Amino acid sequence: MTVKTGFGSKLFDVFNVLAMLVLIVVMLYPMVYVFSASISDDAMVASGQVLLLPKAVTLHAYESIVNNPDVWISYWNTVRYTAVHTVLTLIVTSAMAYPLAKKWLPGRRTILLLAAFTMLFSGGMIPTFLVVQKLGLLNTIWAIVLPTLVSTWHLFIMRTFFEALPEELEDAATIDGCGSLQVLVRIVLPLSMPVMATIGLYTAVGQWNAFFDALIYLNDRGMYPLQIMLRNILIAGATIQAETDTSQLQTLKYALIVVATLPILCVYPFIQKYFVQGAMIGGIKG
Amino acid sequence: MTTPPKYAFFTFAVQALYSGGNKSSTRKDVTPGMSRSRMSRALAMLRKHKALYLLMLPGILYYLLFKYAPMYGVVIAFQDYSIGRGMLGSPFVGLKHFEEFFFRTPDAWKLIRNTIMLNVYDLLFHFPAPIVLALLFHELKNRTFKRIVQTISYMPHFLSTVVIAGIIVTFLSPSTGVINHLLVRLFGIEPILFLGLPEWFRTIYVGSEIWQKVGWGTILYLAAIAGVDPTLYEAAKIDGANRFQQMRHVTFVGMVPVMIILLVLNLGHFMEVGFQKILLLYNSMNYETSDVINTFVYRRGILDADFSFATAVGLFQSAIGFVLVVTANRIVRKFSDTSLW
Repeated sequence: MTVKTGFGSKLFDVFNVLAMLVLIVVMLYPMVYVFSASISDDAMVASGQVLLLPKAVTLHAYESIVNNPDVWISYWNTVRYTAVHTVLTLIVTSAMAYPLAKKWLPGRRTILLLAAFTMLFSGGMIPTFLVVQKLGLLNTIWAIVLPTLVSTWHLFIMRTFFEALPEELEDAATIDGCGSLQVLVRIVLPLSMPVMATIGLYTAVGQWNAFFDALIYLNDRGMYPLQIMLRNILIAGATIQAETDTSQLQTLKYALIVVATLPILCVYPFIQKYFVQGAMIGGIKG
Repeated sequence: MTTPPKYAFFTFAVQALYSGGNKSSTRKDVTPGMSRSRMSRALAMLRKHKALYLLMLPGILYYLLFKYAPMYGVVIAFQDYSIGRGMLGSPFVGLKHFEEFFFRTPDAWKLIRNTIMLNVYDLLFHFPAPIVLALLFHELKNRTFKRIVQTISYMPHFLSTVVIAGIIVTFLSPSTGVINHLLVRLFGIEPILFLGLPEWFRTIYVGSEIWQKVGWGTILYLAAIAGVDPTLYEAAKIDGANRFQQMRHVTFVGMVPVMIILLVLNLGHFMEVGFQKILLLYNSMNYETSDVINTFVYRRGILDADFSFATAVGLFQSAIGFVLVVTANRIVRKFSDTSLW
C-alpha cells in the first residue's frame, strides 16, 4: 500500500494505455473500413480514396443485395440450418448428458469413454464424407446438421453441470410420480438455463459461421448457406449475378460482409457474458 | 463446427480418460443385506434405467454413425476402394497408398514441412500473444476502459473464417486493396501481390490468426490471474517488490500453470492447422508454403474422388496426431500430479 508509485510505474501506465489504444485501432480498423467501403462509391473504394471514412455515400451496394434473390435464399438457408442445428443439438445433447450425470447408472463409464475417445482420434474427412454419402444425406439439410450434431466438449460440460444440481429436487419429483423424461424437462432443464444458453449460442454461432461442411456436402445452389455464397464472391471471385454491372464490384463485397456479420455483432454485446462463461467452463476446470 | 477452443476439447478428453479409472468405485445405490427391498429396488431401478437409456439413444446413435463408422471406414486406406464394389468388395492392397504418398508423391515432404512450419510459427508468435495481453489488461487501472478494450478485442473471434479470409483477400489485393493503397500513400512502395508470394503466406496466416484470437485467448489467463491469492501481492509489497517485480513474480507466476497446460495441449494438436482458413487463402502461386496435408487430402479426396489414397494420407496425419496426443497426455498427467487440476 505504501510503496510509492515510481517514475517507471507511471511511465508504464502511459505506455500501457497507449498500447491499448493501438490495440483498439488495430482491432476496429478492418471492421470500420469494411463498413465505410460498403456505403461508399465503388470507384472511390477501388482507387484507394476511401481509407477510413466513407466517401460519396451511397446505398447502391445494399440495394443490389436486397434485390438479389440468391442472397435471400442463402440467408434463409443459413437461418434454417442454424435454427434446426441448435434446437436438435440442445435436445440430443441434454438427453444424453442427463443419464450420464447419474453416477450409479450401469454402462455410464463405457459410454463416456467412447465419447472421449472421439476427441483423440477420428476417421477423418474422407471416411466421414463417405458415411454421409452412403446415408443419402448429400444435398440435404441433414448433411449440415447431423455430422456435427453432438460436440463431445459440450456433452461433458452439460454432464458436469447436471451432476452439480441438487439431487433432492429430482428425488422429490420422482416421488411425485414424474418419469425420467419429465424430471429432465420439468426440473433439470429449467435449472440449467445458463448452460443451455451458452451451448446453444456456441452452436448457433458455429453453424452460422460454418462453411466447410456445406462446401463438401452441398452442390445445389439453392441449398447454399450464406458463407458459401460469401466465399464464392469474396474469394473465388464469382460475380453476384451475371447481369450485375461491374460498377459495384468492390462495394458489393464489403456490403455482403456487413450483411453476413451484422446479426452476430448486433447480439454480441448481449450474449458476450455467456460466451465468456463458456470459454471458462470449457477451459481448465471441468 | 468452426471454432471450439481446441485446448478445451483436449482437457476434457484427458480428464475423462483419467478420471474414468479413478471413478470406478462410485456410490452404489444398492445396499447389500436387505434382499427383499433390494430386489424391488433393483427392479424399480431397471424400469427407471430403461427410460434413461432411451434418452441416451439418439446421442449414442450419433456417435456410432458419425464417429465410429468413419473410424471403421479408414480400412479403405488399405484397399482400392470404389463406390461400386463397396467396402467389403474392394481389393486389399496393403500399404500401397502409403508408399505412393511417401515415395512417389513429389509434394509429400513439402506438405509435411508446411504443416509443421505453420504450427511452429503459430507457437512462436500466436501462443505468447494472449499472455502478454492478459498481463497488460490486468495492469489497466480504469475498469471501464479495461472492459471496453476487452470487449473490442473479443469481437474478431466471432467473425467467420470466410469473412476473415475475405477481408484478407480484398485488403491485400494489389490493385484495389486498402493495404497496398496505404503502402503506396505512406511509403511510396510499389503494390505487393501478397497472396501470390510464398514468402508472405506464413506471416499472413499467423498474423490474421493473432488478430482474430488474441483477445479471446486472454480469458483463461485473466481467470487464472483472478484466482491469484491477493495476500501474495501484499506479501510481495512488504518484501519491497516494486510493480514490475510483482508482475513478474506474482501475476506472471500465477499464469504459469495455465501456460504449461495450454502449451502441452498445443503440442498434442501439432498436426492440426486451421486448414479451413488455408483452403480459403491458398492458391497455386503460394502452394510452396501454404499447401498442408489437410488441403491435399481435400483436393485428392473430395475434388478428385481418390478416396483410398486421400484416406491413407489422412490416416497418416491422424496417427501422428494420436501419438502426439497420447504423449501430451502423459506429460499432462505428470503435471497433474503436482496438482494442476
